This record gives sequence, C-alpha cells and structure tokens, in this order.
Amino acid sequence: MSKLLFDGPEWTFELLGKAHDAIEEIALGELGLDVYPNQIEIISSEQMLDAYSCVGLPLMYQHWSFGKRFARDEALYRTGRQGLAYEIVINSNPCISYNMEENTMSMQTLVMAHAAFGHNHFFKNNYLFQNWTDAAAIHDYLAFAKNFIANCEERYGLDAVEEILDAAHSLQTQGVFRYGRPPRPTAQEMQAMQRQRDGYVSQKSVLDLWTDSTMTSEDNNQTPSDEALAKRQGKMNLPQENILYFLEKHSPSLQAWQRELLRIVRYLAQYLYPQKQTKVMNEGCATFTHYFIINRLREKGLITEGSYLEMMHSHTNVVLQPEYDDPRYSGINPYALGFAMMQDIRRICENPTDEDREWFPGFAGDPDWKAVMRDAWANYRDESFILQYLSPNLIRKFKLFMIADDAKQANLVVSQIHNKQGYRDIRSSLAQSYDLAYQEPDIQVQDADLRGDRELKLTHAVREGIILDPKNRDEVLKHVRRLWGYNVSMTALDQESGARVSHVSTAA
Amino acid sequence: MHHFIDRRPNPKGKSLGNRQRFLRRAKENIKKMVDKSVREKSVTGADLEGAEQVTIPARGIKEPHFAHSPKGGFRKHVLPGNKDFVVGDTIPRPKGGAGEGGRKASEDGEGEDGFSFSLTREEYLEILFEGLELPDLVKKTTVETETVGTRRAGLTTAGTPNNLNLIRTMRNSLGRRIALQRPSVAAYQAIVDELKELESTPTPDEEEQARIVALQEKLTLLDRRRKLVGYIDPIDLRYDTNVPEKIRNSKAVVFCLMDVSGSMQEREKDLAKRFFMLLHLFLERAYEHTEVVFIRHTHHAQEVDEETFFYARETGGTIVSTALAKMKEIIDERFPTDEWNIYGAQASDGENFGNDSEKCAALLTQELLPICQYYAYVEIVGEEDEKLLNNADEGADLWQNFRKVHTQFPQFEIRRVAEPGHIYPIFRDLFAAGKKETAR
Repeated sequence: MSKLLFDGPEWTFELLGKAHDAIEEIALGELGLDVYPNQIEIISSEQMLDAYSCVGLPLMYQHWSFGKRFARDEALYRTGRQGLAYEIVINSNPCISYNMEENTMSMQTLVMAHAAFGHNHFFKNNYLFQNWTDAAAIHDYLAFAKNFIANCEERYGLDAVEEILDAAHSLQTQGVFRYGRPPRPTAQEMQAMQRQRDGYVSQKSVLDLWTDSTMTSEDNNQTPSDEALAKRQGKMNLPQENILYFLEKHSPSLQAWQRELLRIVRYLAQYLYPQKQTKVMNEGCATFTHYFIINRLREKGLITEGSYLEMMHSHTNVVLQPEYDDPRYSGINPYALGFAMMQDIRRICENPTDEDREWFPGFAGDPDWKAVMRDAWANYRDESFILQYLSPNLIRKFKLFMIADDAKQANLVVSQIHNKQGYRDIRSSLAQSYDLAYQEPDIQVQDADLRGDRELKLTHAVREGIILDPKNRDEVLKHVRRLWGYNVSMTALDQESGARVSHVSTAA
Repeated sequence: MHHFIDRRPNPKGKSLGNRQRFLRRAKENIKKMVDKSVREKSVTGADLEGAEQVTIPARGIKEPHFAHSPKGGFRKHVLPGNKDFVVGDTIPRPKGGAGEGGRKASEDGEGEDGFSFSLTREEYLEILFEGLELPDLVKKTTVETETVGTRRAGLTTAGTPNNLNLIRTMRNSLGRRIALQRPSVAAYQAIVDELKELESTPTPDEEEQARIVALQEKLTLLDRRRKLVGYIDPIDLRYDTNVPEKIRNSKAVVFCLMDVSGSMQEREKDLAKRFFMLLHLFLERAYEHTEVVFIRHTHHAQEVDEETFFYARETGGTIVSTALAKMKEIIDERFPTDEWNIYGAQASDGENFGNDSEKCAALLTQELLPICQYYAYVEIVGEEDEKLLNNADEGADLWQNFRKVHTQFPQFEIRRVAEPGHIYPIFRDLFAAGKKETAR
C-alpha cells in the first residue's frame, strides 16, 4: 500500500490533518523544534487582503489608513501586478496561521512546514519575542483595543479619534523602547489600569505609579549646569527615546481616553518591533525548516516526485537573490540571506574547512548542528546574527561588495569586495544595515519645562551627516504639537561634534 | 495537536469600516475626480456598470513619519553580485538620487503624484449624485397613492400556527426543559434498555432483582416527570408578527424626448444622450422602479427602443409638438398618474416648424405639466454661439415660448448647453438640494 500522504492537487481537511501530523513528526522528532499548538485557518483571497491591510493582525481597530492600504493592495491584486502571500502567521499562543484556499495540496504542505513549524518555533523560542511580546495575551489585547477605539468614536466622534490616531501613527517608530525593557505591570496595577479604562478614575494617571517608578532612569552623560533642568529631567525620565510613551505620561493637554489611544498604538508598535528586527532570521528559520521537512518527506516516500518538484519550484523562487544590476533587484532578499546562512551553519558543522575553523572555532565541526542552529535561533536578532555567523564562504557566494557613498564626493567608491581584507568590514556593515536602532532616526525628548514656556524640545542625533527628510519632519512635528498642546521644537545635533545642524519649531 | 478552521464562510467586508473611513478622509479629492471623469467620459450604461478606477492626489492621505533624507551624508551599502569591481573603483552616482535611493522611493506603493484605487458602482454614484435631490416629490394635483404592505414586527405569544417561529419556540422549550430537569429521551431510553436486559435474564439473582425494582421505581418517577414537564409547553410558543404598513408609491417613468431631424448631428445627439443617461441613473437610485420611455421625433413622433433612439438615423422636418402629443398619449395609455411619478426630459437644437412652438407651449401648460413631477428642456447650441449661451433673452421661437411656460410652472426648467463639460454642472444645478425652496 502506498505511503503517500496525498496524490493530486486538491486539498481536503482530512489530507491537511494527515500532512500536518507527518510534518509534526519530522519537525519535533528530528529537528527538535518546540512550537506553540497550531491553529491553521483557511481563508479566501479577500480575507487575505483584509489581513494585509491590518498589518497581519487578526483583529484591528478601524482607521482610514488601513482602508487606504486595502484599496491599494486590492487594486494591485485585481490588475495582476501583485500576487498574494501563501500564508500569514501570527505570533500568538495558539499560533494562528492563515493559509490561502487557492493553494494546492503541495503548497499547503509547504506552507504548513514553513509557517506552522518554522515561524512558530522562532516565535516561541527567540529571546526578543519571549521578552517583549506576550503571545498568549495578544488576542485579548487586540479585542480590547478595537472595542475601546470603537467606543471612543461613538462618544467623542470619528474626527476626534482620527486626529489622535493619525498623530500617534506618525510616531509609531518612535513609540518603542529600544534598549530599556518595558516594565511588566503587576496584577494590582492591571486592575488599576482597567478601572482607568472603564472611566472610574479621573484624569490622574495611575500609570505613573508603575511606569516611572519601575523604569530605570537612563544614563545621562550630560551634566546640566541648570539644577532645575536636571531635576525636571530626572522626574520625567529624560532624555526619552519613546516619544509616544513620553506624551502619554506627560502631555499637559491630553484626556485620559486620548492617552489610552497612544498607549494602544505604542503597545502594538512594541509588539511588532521584534518582527522588524528579525526578518532575516525569522524567514531563514522558516525556510530552512520547510526545506528540511520537504526533503525528509520525499526521502520517506510520503510525497510524489511531482509535488516535491512543485514545492522546490516555489522554494527556489522564494530564495532567489537577484544581483545588484538586475532589474528585479530590490535589496537583499531576507529569505535568500537567511536560508543561505542557516544552510551554511549546517555545512560548517558537518564539513568545516580550515577557514571555517579559524573563523568559527566555537562550532565548526560540532556534531550536533541542530543544537547549534536552535541556539542561534533563540539568542540572536538579525544584526547580531549576521555579525556572528556570516561566513567568508557566503560573502564569496553572494559576491558581496561595499560601496561608500559620500555626498561630498562626485562618485561612489567601491570600498570593499569579497576578499580577505574585506570580509570583516562587509560583515559588520551588512549587520549594521539590519540594526533598526541605527537605521531609524535617533530622536529623543530632551526637555519640557511645564512651569515655563512648556515647549517640548526634541533632539535628533545626526549620524554621518544624514539629516531628516524635512517635509516629513515638519508634518510629524505638527502632529506632535497636536498631542503636546504647546509648541514643539526639534534640534538636530551632530553626534560626533555636538554641533547644531538645524533647529525648527512649530512656533511660527 | 492540530486544529483546522475554515474561515471562508466568515462574513465578508471585514474592512468595510476602514474603507468608509478612507473614502470619508479623501472625499474632497475623490469628488473632484469623479466630477472630472463624468465630464470627460461618455456616460453610457456600460461605463457605469462596473467599478470605476480613480486616481486621487496623494497629498491629503499621506502618513508622515520621521525618516532619513535619501540624500546627503555618508553611507555604506552592501550589495550582492560583484562582477569585476576591485577596491578603489569609482562609479558615477546614479541619476535621480544618492546611492540606491530610488528603491526606497515608493515604500508604500504610492508615487508622489497620485494614489489609484477603484470605487464600486454604488460608491461612484453616491459621490456623483451627492447633494442632489428630487424636485417636488409631493404632487400637488394628484393624490399620492399609498399601497398597504406588511412589515415584520418582532414576536408575540399569540398567533396562528402558520406564523410559529420554530427557532425561538424550541429555544424556550430547551431552556425550560433544562431548568425543570425534564429527563432526556436518551436517559429515559437507557433505563428502559437496562430494565429490559435485566428482565430478560432467566434467573435473576437477588442483586439483580433489587436493581430491577430500583429501576422500575425510577422509571415511574421519570414517567411522571415527563408528563408534568411537557416537551413543548404553551408558554414556549412564539409567533412572528407582521403589522400593516402604508408604503408610499415609488414608481417613476422618465420620458426622454429628442429631436432627431437632420439638424441634430452626432455632437448634438451625444450631448443629449449624456443628459438622459445622468437623469436615468439618478432616478434609478431614487425610485424602486424606474421606466424609461424614449420618444424621438422629426415631423412625426414615435416611441422607440434605446438603441434606435440614440443611434438610428431619420430625416424629416421638425415638429416638436408631435413628441409632446405622443408623450401625453402614452401617459394616458400606460402610466396612470395616480401610480406613476412622471418626469420629462427633452433635448433639441431649438429649431421648430412655423408656429408649432406656441402649440407646444399650450400642450405643456394644459396637458403635460399639471401631471408631471418635473420637466427639463435642454437646448443644445453651437459651441460658437456664445450670444445664446450667455443671454437667456435671445433665442428662437421654441425657446421664447418655453421661457413663458417656465414663469408659470416651477417644475419646468430650461437650460442651454454647448459642450460635454456643461452637462454635469447643469444637471447638478437642476437637481441641487434645497434649490426649489429658494427659488420660490
């Protein structure tokens, strides 16, 4: 009797169950993955578009920008200029993955191996997700956020809510704690917050109790001569990188419900922040997992050659890395880089060269490559992962080279290529390009004298002479002013020299 | 452990709220584009059947955020696919931005200039006809008829069996049965079965006999309880109710009258057609049931179908009154005024035979206007005829006579158009909300 899991393109729920169990056996038994229970949902293309517009979350509050995203994606999809993803997976417990109904049975198998096991394992085990997100509670929080915002719309009107949300959205990237861990509220504090949400407690923010006292004050290198300034900064926890957090706590003009809106936007930004920091690793982990699993399925004789080829066809499309001069080139493909690095780690463990032994004495030749891999998946993010694991072998394989782009020079200069002198430089530069704290503008709240002119003073630390896009900056400052209620100024200071680059203010 | 869920039957349109918020946000821009599109395109039925693609300026719907400027400063890029570069090679800066600034330009898929998406037909018409309303919905000369229909009005505890609401009734019944602990069929049957089995054993021992007695007692108890607590009690019953309701008559007929004599060329016909299409679409939205009657005329009038009306050719003289007489005839024949709202729309190039114009005016004032909700006359003039366009006093016989009629009947409107761009503003002008009140 044939051992085949399925034969033919049509899928049924029964076949999906069989395939899932076969995959699970390999994923848990052979690869040693550790996953949340799976909840796999079959959705139609329209529902996929819905999910797209809501940044992939299963429940989302209503806002025009999601409608805009939906309209755009729909137009692109209908005219055939953009395909849809085969799946979307959500970092939650149980782990929800959405599979498209159009997928063939082979694709459904591939997608399950990729999302329901690869991504799932990564969500459950990577330190960023463990420390920063609460997979069990996200659904409840989203439901709360949706209802809260709907109630606000009913009570205060669409325009009032939209104004706050627009402003908060513009500060999303400045709404995360990059270094300090967000404090976890205790049960009593949660109750207090709940009362506040329900409107029992008046303006006085109980949130101050648990956040400011538990937040460790950040090191302040400057020694302000002004004692009052030092006192203010100490009291308000300044300088503060999380602008949304600061406004939520200290804005003199916001109502309790408006603070809660900021909190919701900030919370979701923080929830999604680990995903932004682990694109290469997350996709690498999932792609490596599905690649391993489909090969094992084939070896065990569970799938036909035909469906194996169908899966491999899709796999090779996903990990394609066009070269820089290819019209299809649009940056480094996280799937390609991640997958190549995972495969390379396995190779270094199984067949190390002398070069590998020199570069990776820690694990070259390690008999248990699965453990090495699991350790990497658990303890790194893109930036540190590349810095640690990108091998000269891969740099040669990708033919990576580096270009220095100095606006003062007329031409671009090739500064490093894939040779012995270049490996380390290329590796650290590539790693840095995945460091969000470096890639996103470094903007902090410096000071706000509530007893004086009440001007909110922001500073932008200019690195390597890269300034903010002025149009965007001015628009966002208007939003900040709306939330703060008084004038807002932004000073750009050169990080090296401390020289003032520019200064703008919403005061006319 | 796996768990599959089929989400496909979930209700559609989850993001409808977001879409409405988006349309609301971009309303002004969308409105502008819709107005423009209706002016430029031909408004045929086919055009408005499907979705409408609109492109609006991205300005009002930008989502700003702090971002690095794509230009200036010092940056390093790592790229794949080195062919023959060695360290120290220089590459001319690509045009239009620093480094690979180009690829970051449309991060969210919208260029600087516009944002394209499609509106559904409903949304399109909603925006197109926003702020317009039907003039004089209440007739003055005839009594508005009302038919009596019924409307669902919830549930009652009394009613006729044919109106029994099974779902509600069974829900009540189930709740009551659980609350009063009526033994379920399965529980009852289990005891009966066990009893039967015990009784069928030929020589029951003492224990079994005791069990039989216990079961028999229990069975009588359950029987009693089943009798006391009925499966369905009159208290459970729920009936659907309907209440009679007066429904206002909402049937409308539009008479499209057009001069097709030799003087009406393609241009004139196209303009007329645009006007008729807009009118038809508008009335279709306002009324449950709209009929359109096409009457074309030369020196004699005939009722034709849409195709013939717009495209067929005919030659002959021009006697406008024949069309009006034909309209009256059709109304008498098929559209009793107490059932139908009657609209007239007439397009002509303003030429008429001899003293027929006076006859037209008489027909209108005496026969047609008293029974019409609204009557619009559109005169199509040459593009160069600025004199006519700007001065209502000028004009041929027909125009002069109609002007007189206009002063007597507020539901009679006359306008002149010369180019496609005029049609829509004039249409809006004719149906602008609240216009009637100020005019009178």
